[in-house]
Amino acid sequence: MTEKTDVVIIGAGPVGLFAVFELGLLNIKCHLVDNLDKVGGQCAELYPEKPIYDIPSRPVVTGQQLTDELIKQINPFNPKFHLNQQVESIAKTDDGWIVQTNIGTKVEAKCIVVAAGAGSFVPRKPPIENIENFENKNVFYAIRDKSIFKNKKILIAGGGDSALDWTNELSKDSNVTLIHRRKEFRAAPDSVSKMQELETKGKIKFLKGQIKKISKIQNSKLMLEYENDDERSNIEVDYLLPFFGLKMELGPIAEWGLNLHENLIKVDTEKFETSTPSIFAIGDINWYPGKLKLILSGFHESALMAQEVFKYCFPDKKNIFRYTTSSKELQKKLGV
Amino acid sequence: MPKLRITDRSGKKSEIEYDSNFTLMETLRDNGYDIEASCGGCCACATCHVYIDKKWINKLENMDDDEESMLDQAFDVKNNSRLSCQIDLSDELDGLEIEIAPE
Repeated sequence: MTEKTDVVIIGAGPVGLFAVFELGLLNIKCHLVDNLDKVGGQCAELYPEKPIYDIPSRPVVTGQQLTDELIKQINPFNPKFHLNQQVESIAKTDDGWIVQTNIGTKVEAKCIVVAAGAGSFVPRKPPIENIENFENKNVFYAIRDKSIFKNKKILIAGGGDSALDWTNELSKDSNVTLIHRRKEFRAAPDSVSKMQELETKGKIKFLKGQIKKISKIQNSKLMLEYENDDERSNIEVDYLLPFFGLKMELGPIAEWGLNLHENLIKVDTEKFETSTPSIFAIGDINWYPGKLKLILSGFHESALMAQEVFKYCFPDKKNIFRYTTSSKELQKKLGV
Repeated sequence: MPKLRITDRSGKKSEIEYDSNFTLMETLRDNGYDIEASCGGCCACATCHVYIDKKWINKLENMDDDEESMLDQAFDVKNNSRLSCQIDLSDELDGLEIEIAPE
């Protein structure tokens, strides 16, 4: 089934969220797509607790606070979020686009607004030679079906929440070894103490070290070489689950034929439109002479972009500029 | 001006002058070295990973817990690994030798 809206915004970070507000004031409806399982982009994923000092009128605000308040601000416009998925392809229609995600969501819209920051968050892959040949066979960066690990020998690598949570969970039915470069863990203290208890009881094993290479594969088992204090050892396992956090990459957007400038999307500074009409780019993902990667620049870009998107959505209507402070109609939309 | 000695990922060595008001990451990025620093320098990723020459490692301020935990997301971490965004340059570091860690 194809859903219908006015604009699909790719990226639900601060700039994508504020775009919903600026478009909403002009009666333009939005859907947002984000690869993360939550709204807020880098602000929520990378630095939810860190302070930001350069948002006008906010002497200090954390990444998560900024996200929460933007969500509150755009709530009257009732945007629809498609999380945990990445826009894979776009196809031109007579008067707009059909946007399709990697899990099959299809949305038809008049315009696309790319607000993808530094790109999609994807798992960080350890730089082990040939690891790509084993991905989705012996190596998994995310777990969708844990039943395949039952009664198998598993090596989990990393020291964060994913590594510890999966160590604890999979220890119930599998032979789990956790490998990490040190004995301290950045995961939540609860998970760390649970893991240590499991280790004491002999339900899991802990190895200090870092995986260096896949030395061979035999009977579909992986032989992995790891290093600790310059000493190398081997371990044979059925599955390797590396959890080293997320990194960002441009992903499928690079394939859409938009003019790029060093992996950023070129736009004009009047409409923030890309080289393809009716596709816009705002926030950290765009480039123009003098561009600064600041949240506040993205907010400004949202407002100007919305003026142009209005023309695509309502070609026969005149857009009259109004202020939220004085316009009764805008206030009605905001429910104030 | 004080100087930094840098070995890049290909093993090429170079020397640059630095302004001690900036961090090591900012200085590397500003001089065109290939350093991602995707979080912009707030110690929220591990993409500005460098190795500090052993002679210099004890002359730097110690790393805090935040930096040590972020290094958990880096690869090929060694005893002389640091996140360059957490290193404030100063005149005392004139001659500092560093190597940019693999991606």
